[in-house]
Parts: sequence; structure tokens; C-alpha cells
Amino acid sequence: MTAAPGTDDAIARRTDEIISGLIGLEGPLLPIFHALQAEYGHVPAAALPPIADRLNISRAEVHGVMSFYHDFRSHPAAAHVVKLCRAEACQSLGADQIAERAQEKLGTGFHGTSADGKVTLEEVFCLGLCACGPAAMVDGKVVGRVDEARLDQILKEVRA
Amino acid sequence: MKVYVPRDAAARALGADEVAAAVLREAKARGLEVTLVRNGSRGMVWLEPLVEVETGGKRVGFGPVTAADVAGVLDGTSKKVLGPVEELPFFKGQTRLTFARVGLTDPLSLAEYQAHGGLEGLRKALGLTGEAVVKEVTDSGLRGRGGAGFPTGIKWETVRKAPGPQKYIVCNADEGDSGTFADRMLMEGDPFCLIEGMAISGIAVGATKGYIYIRSEYPDAIEVMSAACEIARKEGVLGASVLGSGKAFDMEVRVGAGAYVCGEETSLLNSLEGKRGIVRAKPPLPALQGLFGKPTVVNNVISLASVPVVMAKGAAFYKDFGLGRSRGTIPLQIAGNVKYGGLYETAFGLTLGEIVEKIGGGTHSGRPVKAVQVGGPLGAYLPVAQFDTPFGYEEFDAKGALIGHAGLVVFDDTADMRKMARFAMEFCAIESCGKCTPCRIGAVRGVETIDRIGRGDVAAIPLLTDLCETMKDGSLCALGGFTPFPVMSALRHFPDDFTAKAKEAAE
Ligand SMILES: Cc1cc2nc3c(=O)[nH]c(=O)nc-3n(C[C@H](O)[C@H](O)[C@H](O)COP(=O)(O)O)c2cc1C
Ligand code: SF4
Ligand code: FES
Ligand code: FES
Repeated sequence: MTAAPGTDDAIARRTDEIISGLIGLEGPLLPIFHALQAEYGHVPAAALPPIADRLNISRAEVHGVMSFYHDFRSHPAAAHVVKLCRAEACQSLGADQIAERAQEKLGTGFHGTSADGKVTLEEVFCLGLCACGPAAMVDGKVVGRVDEARLDQILKEVRA
Repeated sequence: MKVYVPRDAAARALGADEVAAAVLREAKARGLEVTLVRNGSRGMVWLEPLVEVETGGKRVGFGPVTAADVAGVLDGTSKKVLGPVEELPFFKGQTRLTFARVGLTDPLSLAEYQAHGGLEGLRKALGLTGEAVVKEVTDSGLRGRGGAGFPTGIKWETVRKAPGPQKYIVCNADEGDSGTFADRMLMEGDPFCLIEGMAISGIAVGATKGYIYIRSEYPDAIEVMSAACEIARKEGVLGASVLGSGKAFDMEVRVGAGAYVCGEETSLLNSLEGKRGIVRAKPPLPALQGLFGKPTVVNNVISLASVPVVMAKGAAFYKDFGLGRSRGTIPLQIAGNVKYGGLYETAFGLTLGEIVEKIGGGTHSGRPVKAVQVGGPLGAYLPVAQFDTPFGYEEFDAKGALIGHAGLVVFDDTADMRKMARFAMEFCAIESCGKCTPCRIGAVRGVETIDRIGRGDVAAIPLLTDLCETMKDGSLCALGGFTPFPVMSALRHFPDDFTAKAKEAAE
């Protein structure tokens, strides 16, 4: 009997496969989290017990590691993720105003999702695009020189 | 005809992929035979996407190119023509040792890598004893480019001498400092150079395994480095017998997960081991008990990528560049509100003013420069009055500043330095690993205190100074320990930004 995808059982089974593919690595935990997040868009709670079992660490430890890192989500993000750089080099070119405008337009703060449920807004501290800021990452794609017009265009595209 | 369109993340962020697609489209429409090379960036970010067209062995640059410019670029009639890139003043003034190939070659062509001097250093190292390799690196005067400036050769010697069958080379590619992108550019533009540097390090100290810990914010670097490792393995540069020497060295790419503190070497090791990125107390030194408790070299990307040229050309050649105890070259990353932003590799010793005004051309906004933050979020803000400071480790230290990973972030006169000080504390609070109270709690108090000052309560200024002292003295690592640098430098050099509100109220 195969469990329906998305059920805890199915997630636990899939997690087990992912672990089997990575457990040969030295220090496999972060690669496992990355693989889960790539597959599910977040690290589902149902994935944690099998990780604890197979890596022979406590569930508290698994949870502790996961929650330490800003990247790993415990809940799915919206279909689109807009990350805005808030670090110094981008601030010197007006990133604060861009951040404010984005929050206003989306009706959400950072780490939140827009009222229409389409876009998750996140902050990031430096994308290595500091000579062409303000910088953003839109669904994994880097964007430089994000002025108001560019931001509006980005938001229009992800909300279309 | 060969057309180069950078695949560097900054070029892509400015439309290089669209330009590359347009090149292929236009070539097809005209029945032109075009070889498209996705090279690294030449480092002149204000000219990106910088396209080069090679005909008859000559390369001509164009930039910044949009898809609409492509037809003219292929005809050679585009007004965006720059001429030979090497002749542009920004490029011509540089001494490119570590970045010699970046932007010049196809990053994933091992043949081109070797045609431009690649693997010479590794070949030389394989013919020497580990001790001799380490001595060469020590004699070159190379110091860690990740921030602390510790002599690379001395670190390697500790690992070389440490007993143990299993040792590691760990490359720190976490590059979290705002204003820095040298590691990213090198990994995206010349990945074999880093692989070669790590292999030399492994051969020298007796380590057979290496890891590159790349931050997750760098998907392009992760992609290029991973592909390069695979090619290097296939071609026998990595593996059981490096270049047929019988000596083993292999390596893997690992991806971070959005924690700034994981750039701190012991936190990074914990993260690699699959733990929370909490900073470890030192001693023990990672050189003696590092990854999984084994002797480990932890070096920054640029430190390791500078080793091949040191080995190929010799310690004396490298050491000849520089100033005082800062030897060799440093890839300056000129960023923020600056006219000509990008990467500029040069010998140590230029003054801050020369870098910002002459090379960087002043601000992007055209307004006067107010301050330059050097060395990332833990680095001091320097006012124009300190523009005579020469770029060197000791020279910056003497001014209560640091060069860190050599990123420079320029601010114009609209910057509010109280706000920047507040951000430094906020960043520390967000990124603290949580181990020490002065860092974890102090940074939160710091934000509150700076807010009080912002509301006009000047009596809170001495509290801020005290708090910074506590953080400096009571923090285990430089996150808590150095956050006072940007805060106190802002307060010291720009007191008016802190007292503006109080003055306003008094009037
Ligand atoms: C909070 C913090 C963040 C750091 N981030 C980095 C980094 O991103 N890259 C890096 O190479 N070194 C970073 N360092 C410095 C490392 O701890 C270490 O000194 C360096 O990796 C050693 O390599 P090097 O000798 O080649 O510079 C950081 C240090 C601290 C305290
Ligand atoms: S200073 Fe901050 S980041 Fe560093 S060890 Fe202490 S709590 Fe962790
Ligand atoms: S500070 Fe925004 S990309 Fe570096
Ligand atoms: S190490 Fe004890 S307070 Fe930081």
C-alpha cells in the first residue's frame, strides 16, 4: 500500500530515500535538509523523526539544527519568493526605501506572504551584488539595480 | 567569431542571460558562426553586461550591453564600444595575480586554464616536499584574506606537523560581508584556480580531503564550482593520484544555509559536521582539532586561490608587491554608492582616498562622499578625513579600523550614521550564534540604546560606549567583539548624526 503524497507516511518514506542517498557523506544533515527543502519547498515536520532515527541523534537536536539556519523553512512559502538585500552596500543606494515600498505594496512585512497569497517576501543580507545594488533575488534569479520602477515590474510579474 | 558574455552573477543580475540569448538568436538569423563563451566578469560592474567580440585573435569590448544592442555589437558598429578591455584605465592600473584569468577564459575549460598558466603551481608543488611547499607559502608573506590576516604558511605548518592519518582542507566560501564579492567572482570565473590552491594545500600538509563551504546565496558559484570539481576529477587533477603523482586529494562542495556566523571558522566546521553553527572556544585551534576533531586548514577562497601563483612564480615574486607587512596583492571590492564599482586587484598600499576617489570615481549619486565602511559589517566607518590611510593590515589597525575581506562600501552625504550604527547592532542581534551574553543580549540593548539616542536622549550615549566596551571584551568571536567597530566609528566621526534630534529639540 502506498500512502498518498503529502501525507506524513509518504513524507517519512521519501525522507528515508533521501537519507539513504546522502548518509554516506561526512556530516550529512545539512545536505539532507537542503534536499528536503528542494523537494517540498520546506522541511516538513514529518521528515524530522526519520532523520533522528537514521542519524542516531535526538529529535530535539534535529529540530535545533534546522531552526538555527535562516534558510530552512518549517512551512511552505508562496509560489513566488522575493528576497531583498538589506545589507549596507545596498542601503547606500536606497535599499531601505525599496524594502518599505515592497512591504507596502505586498501588504506584508518580511518573512510574510502577500494578502493574495502569491508572494513571500524575505530579507537577505548580501547577495554579492554590492557594486550593482540594490539587489534582489526573485525565485532564485538575481536582479541588480532595483529601483522603484524595477521593483514594481518585479512585483507585477510575480503577481500576474 | 567568438563572443564572450559573462555568466558572473552580477552580469546576470544586469541582464547577461538576455544578451546571451540575443547573441545566439541574431547569429542564427544571419547565418553567422558564433561561439558563445560564458566567461567570468572582468570586474567592471558598471559596464556589465560587458560583451567581448573576438575576431582574428583580437578582443573588443562593449558595455553595458542590452539585448537591443546586440546587432550593433556583432556588426562592430555599436556605440557601446569600449575597445580592448585591457586598455581601459580601470583594468590597466591593476596587478592581476590571483584574478589573472577571471573574465579572460572559459571558467570550465581546463585546457584554457592550462594554456594560461594553470596547474603550473600544483606541478611544482608535487615535485617538492610538503615542508618546502609550506616554506614557499610562508616566505611569500601571504596572509589570510578572510579577515583576520593570519599568515597562511604558519597555519599550514601547524597542520602539516600535526600527527594523524586524516586531515582536512576546508575552504571558507561563506563570504557574508556586505560589500564583498571577490570569492564569488573567483569561483564563478576561475574555479580551477581554487581547486588547484586546495590541492596544493592538501599535498603540502598531508590532507586527502577538502570541502568548499559556499553560502546558499551564491547559486551561480555553487553550480560552477560543482561542475569544475567534476571535470577536475575526470581529468585526474583530483582523485587517488593527483596529476599522476600517486598522491591523493579530492574535494566536495557543501552549501551553507543563510547564517552569517557560519563564516567564522569554528562555526563553519560545526555546520559542516551537521550541527548548529555555534562558535567553538579556541583552543583547541582548528589546525589541531578541526573538522571532526582532525587537523584542519581553514582558509578563505582568495588565500587559497593566491597559492597557485605563489608556487608558480615563487615566493619572492609575490612578496615583492605590497607595503610593510601586507605582502602581495589584494582584490579590492569597491561597492555601494560609487561611480565605478567592481573588483580591482592591486598591491597593498594605495590610500583609501585613491581607491574611492580616483579608482572608484566618487559616488554614484554624484554627491560628496560621507563615509566608507571597510571590511564588512564588522568594519569601521572611515570619514574623508582618514582618506590618507594606506591600504594595509597594520595601517588600518592603527586607525581603529580593519581591512577584513577588502570590501569597501561608499556612502554619500545623505547617509545617516546613527542609522548605520543601529543597523550594525541589529545585524549582530539577528546573526548572533547565541553563545555569549554580551553579543546576544548586548546587541539587542544596543539597538534600543541607539533608538533612545535617536529620540533625543543624549544621556544614552555613554551607555552605548559602555555597552560597546562590554561587547568588545566579553565576546568569544568577532561578531560580538567587532560590532563595536562600526558603531563606535560612526559615533566618533559623525557625532552630529547622533545628537541631531537633541539639538533640534533645544532650538
Ligand atoms: C562572524 C564572522 C564571520 C566570518 N566570515 C568569514 C567569511 O565569510 N569568509 C572567510 O573567509 N572568513 C570569515 N571569517 C574569518 C574566519 O573565522 C577565518 O578567520 C578565516 O576563514 C581564515 O581563513 P584565512 O586565514 O584564509 O583568512 C569570519 C569571522 C567571523 C568572526
Ligand atoms: S560573539 Fe556572538 S556570534 Fe560570536 S560566539 Fe559569541 S554569541 Fe556567538
Ligand atoms: S549588500 Fe546587497 S548585495 Fe551585497
Ligand atoms: S564566552 Fe562567555 S559570555 Fe561569551
